[in-house]
Amino acid sequence: MTVGAVTFTVDGVVELFYAAPGDTLADVLRAGETSRGRNPRKGTKIGCNAGDCGSCTVLLDGEAVCACLVPAAQASGRKVTTIDSWKMWPEMSRLVDAFIAHGAAQCGICTPGMIGAAHGLLTRNGSPSRREIEDAIGGVLCRCTGYIKIVEAIVAAAGDAPIAAAPDTGVGTSAKNQGAAYAAKGYSNFAADAIPQGTLGIRVIRSPHARAAFSFGDLDAFAKQHDLATILTAADVPGANSFGIFPHTKDQPVFAERETRFRAEAVAALVGQNLHAIDLATFPITWTPLSPVTGIDAALAEGAHAIHAHLPDNVLTRGNLRTGDVVRGHADAAATAEGQFETSFVEHAYIEPEAGHAWGERGQVVISACTQSPHMDREDVARVLGLADADVRIAPTACGGGFGGKLDVSVQPILAVALARVGKPVSLTYSRTESMVATTKRHPARITSKASANKDGRLTAYEMSGDFNTGAYASWGPTVANRVPIHAHGPYKVPNVHNRTRAVLTNETPAGAFRGFGVPQSAIANEALMDDLAEKLGLDRWHIRRINALKAGDATASGQVLVASAGLPQCLDALKPTWDKALLDASAHNAGNARHKRGVGIACMWYGCGNTALSNPSEMRISLERDGRVIIWSGAVDIGQGISTILVQIVRETLQIDGADIAVCPLVGDTDATLDAGKTSASRQTFVSGNAARRAAEQLRAKLLRHANVDADTKLAFEHGGQFATLLAGSNGERRVSLADIIPEGFYGFESIGRYDPPTTPLDANGQGIPYATYGFAAQIAEVMVDTALGTTKVLHIHAAHDVGRAINPMLVEGQIHGGIAQGLGLALMEEFVSGKTENLHDYLIPTAGDIPPITTHIIEDPDPEGPFGAKGVGEPALIATAPAILGAIRHATGVTVRKVPVLPHRLWALLQARGT
Amino acid sequence: MSRYFQPATLDDALQLLARNSSLKIVAGGTDIYPAATSQAAWRGIEMRDVLDISRLNGMRDIVERVHDWHIGALATWTDLINASLPPVFDGLKIAAREVGGIQIQNRGTIGGNICNASPAADGAPPLIALDAEIACMSVGDCRIMSVDTFIEGNRKTRLRPGELVTGIIVPKRPGRGHFLKLGARRYLVISIAMVSGTFDIDNASGIVRSARIAVGACSAVAQRLPKLEARLAGTRIGDIQPTADDLAQLAPIDDVRADADYRRAAALQLVADLLDQAAASHRRPA
Repeated sequence: MTVGAVTFTVDGVVELFYAAPGDTLADVLRAGETSRGRNPRKGTKIGCNAGDCGSCTVLLDGEAVCACLVPAAQASGRKVTTIDSWKMWPEMSRLVDAFIAHGAAQCGICTPGMIGAAHGLLTRNGSPSRREIEDAIGGVLCRCTGYIKIVEAIVAAAGDAPIAAAPDTGVGTSAKNQGAAYAAKGYSNFAADAIPQGTLGIRVIRSPHARAAFSFGDLDAFAKQHDLATILTAADVPGANSFGIFPHTKDQPVFAERETRFRAEAVAALVGQNLHAIDLATFPITWTPLSPVTGIDAALAEGAHAIHAHLPDNVLTRGNLRTGDVVRGHADAAATAEGQFETSFVEHAYIEPEAGHAWGERGQVVISACTQSPHMDREDVARVLGLADADVRIAPTACGGGFGGKLDVSVQPILAVALARVGKPVSLTYSRTESMVATTKRHPARITSKASANKDGRLTAYEMSGDFNTGAYASWGPTVANRVPIHAHGPYKVPNVHNRTRAVLTNETPAGAFRGFGVPQSAIANEALMDDLAEKLGLDRWHIRRINALKAGDATASGQVLVASAGLPQCLDALKPTWDKALLDASAHNAGNARHKRGVGIACMWYGCGNTALSNPSEMRISLERDGRVIIWSGAVDIGQGISTILVQIVRETLQIDGADIAVCPLVGDTDATLDAGKTSASRQTFVSGNAARRAAEQLRAKLLRHANVDADTKLAFEHGGQFATLLAGSNGERRVSLADIIPEGFYGFESIGRYDPPTTPLDANGQGIPYATYGFAAQIAEVMVDTALGTTKVLHIHAAHDVGRAINPMLVEGQIHGGIAQGLGLALMEEFVSGKTENLHDYLIPTAGDIPPITTHIIEDPDPEGPFGAKGVGEPALIATAPAILGAIRHATGVTVRKVPVLPHRLWALLQARGT
Repeated sequence: MSRYFQPATLDDALQLLARNSSLKIVAGGTDIYPAATSQAAWRGIEMRDVLDISRLNGMRDIVERVHDWHIGALATWTDLINASLPPVFDGLKIAAREVGGIQIQNRGTIGGNICNASPAADGAPPLIALDAEIACMSVGDCRIMSVDTFIEGNRKTRLRPGELVTGIIVPKRPGRGHFLKLGARRYLVISIAMVSGTFDIDNASGIVRSARIAVGACSAVAQRLPKLEARLAGTRIGDIQPTADDLAQLAPIDDVRADADYRRAAALQLVADLLDQAAASHRRPA
């Protein structure tokens, strides 16, 4: 629709854009309707459309602005600089190089905005201070990196030294994150970027009530009035109107039928063009609000409304772990501590809202969306459409952050139903608010725990009863309920344990998977009790953790003997000098300050990599092309953490072929092009898919050795040149085989497939068995400053020691640790999703660049013989210890134990008042 | 389709407003566009005709006059930060640096901040502490009133149909301004509470000649603290501490950011901290 024309200079070229004057600059750039044809500039990302996230930052006459807040008319006659012209400006080129070399981009969706903001800074200040850098990027939110590497990259870009990423020479090198390197230039096609022109849009009608009955009016008339292609309701779902994670918990409808179960539940969807001009208040629907079940107590109360008829007590799942005799364990102890702890709904707040598009191709339904679990998406889409899995193809786009929130389907089933109904390509992009209100959250938990120790501080018993509010639908509630009991007493040797959990259904936003599956919540409880026990027994807090720390050879409470790679003692030992110094620093400071108190806290964690006592295999295919390219056909979705890069490093290390050109095929996670690598979750991809890739590479190498007819330890190399590469075998390359002779002509070249499924066993009714093949361990120290008059907490420093088995890529490991700590800090201090109240990124707070303290990381490598080159996962372990360490530090500073997070200033102030400061 | 007007002169803008007082006025867009996004989330895009005043000549200038300073309504936070202004404006400048992030500071205007009339407007307490006045023009008329009169309530001003805020008039005063903002994170944060004050203190004796203190985000409109100001006048800075009674007029609310009890206590602490800053800057004159 031609609605006007606006002319401005964009990236050095004067362009006339067809746009309405009030359209935002971000929309105009992204649509790219110019007098010279369509030229969309999708390097400029939209994360919130409200100036809250800064991902659309561009320069307007040299000044950083949020393009989502600038009317096109105000750009008229001015100069706009976007990421697309990074090559044109020396500062921007250096920034791009530095972001790549320093690992400052993970998922990369904030990166163009971040670089824009930094570019604005460097053009007016060539040698900024750290504070000036933080001021410049404070308006851009990043959910992956914890900002530290971003600041480092900007410092490097401002300097004169040449910038170069470390070369990938195999395992142990800090090679650049390949996906991020692409994203930093604005090239990545995130889900909204990938939507082609001309698709029919979709707008979802959502319930404004937590629980309501509803009936539709004259939908046909409404559709006609607004020239819609159709209006979708439950009646349009061709297959089962239900989806969900587990075969027995497919309880969530695509569109609610008769009654909604949470605020923002979908009841219908408009399909057509220009849908945002329609005022949904005019949509013909009659709501009859019903009394909602809010909170765990209400759900468990006698006679409470059953959220789902088949679960009359509103308990979705129970988890249990029992070993020894806790009654005796408590009775024999010298000290016992107990307490109740509460956490809130937490939003993933990935900067990319969910989006996708769907079309039909060669008899298949194709869904292209951002996701962490393409094969599971395929199952649910096929189910909803009543098709076989093979009739559906999921083609994932780049994923702008996930953290567990994109493990569930969101847009996918709606797209599928719309496509089935209208038979034309359709698209759906969630607004920020829609992303926040309609998709899963971290489970709010209420945990009651009791821990006992003997006079030496050795734990004698741990008992935990935890209720997790799983909201209106099951999602990953069963996983949380099953994983928490195994971990709830912390990474300590405890002879008598009884941990029980319930996932409780309510009329609240569904809670699902979020980095740690409930363990971050339970760690808050168990680490507080460790501090209590230390206090009661007069022991040092580091010491009580050290003497109880699980180590190789110990049996867990599940009865699993940790045969190797249990590096918690090493983590704690690495932190001991820091611990001693931090305590001295704090007491020196506190001696002279009545109001601002420093405190030091310490917490440990452990986390099983992979699914809990369930098979979770990964299959990886590797092909060797005749020109010597090695292609990894990876189904392991890279959500920014860098699994594609890790796989290349593992394959390079395994193949041991000089000159091999190894790359991950861009069709990552495509369900037709790749094998099922399982979901990107549970800190499993490096460990599980890494192993699958290693096995595939071992087979490929073995095949080449056979073709060259040489021994296993023979040196191999590829010689390039000409159409086909040549395999050189032997220390001087004495045996030469042209790849054209051994690889038949064909698309896939010469392939090998590796499969790995972690060796686990099912758990019995008492949680006994082998739930995981390996565990990550960590200890973190937080140093904080509390303003006791205002109740504010400033984290001064985090020291993190993580046993990762082997750091395949130390830079990426550190990136995970930084990002996890940032999310842990948010969990402790500021993040609380309140339905109806914190539905945007200015009322829901996540940490900004100014909130993250310096982080010192100690990477401990206690190799796991089961892991690829000894490696295990770090994604979730990064986050778990942070909040309890901060809470311990607040307690050390102030003497008050925080039992509810987030510790917003008014909550800490109230605790300080109650104590009587 | 809504119409979009972007006049170059104030006359044209006022004529347009005279003809159609329901025009949606856009300057930097930092409040209007987020509000539209919020509206679109559950309803739809609002279709209103727009008056874009961003290109009005001269309305962004910050000008020193004989008895006062005139800040054009379109002056951005960044303009204020970069302007050469006497120390009494320091509070306003610090507030400007605390607004959102740089992207918002580069676009958001002082006039827009006041017209948006958020109880948590970062510009309100410093302007009130500066005794600033607002100029509201319409065809053939110009009304001038104090900022705290102009802001009538939560999201409510005394702007009449057909009027446009053209500028802010700050009387020339001796002294130094201060500002403190309390939020739950470092950047991009809506205040839980904030205070601003201007203090004229005798150099030699440390005696407060006059103090003007305003508290924001603790009432529908930022409030001056006349009791405290009166108690401070004539005493040595640092000798008088604020009391709960000085802040009794505040009417804080409970919301997701904090509860009322806390806001009241925090405001008192911030005022005490502000007085400490004033005392400290007196001891260390710039």
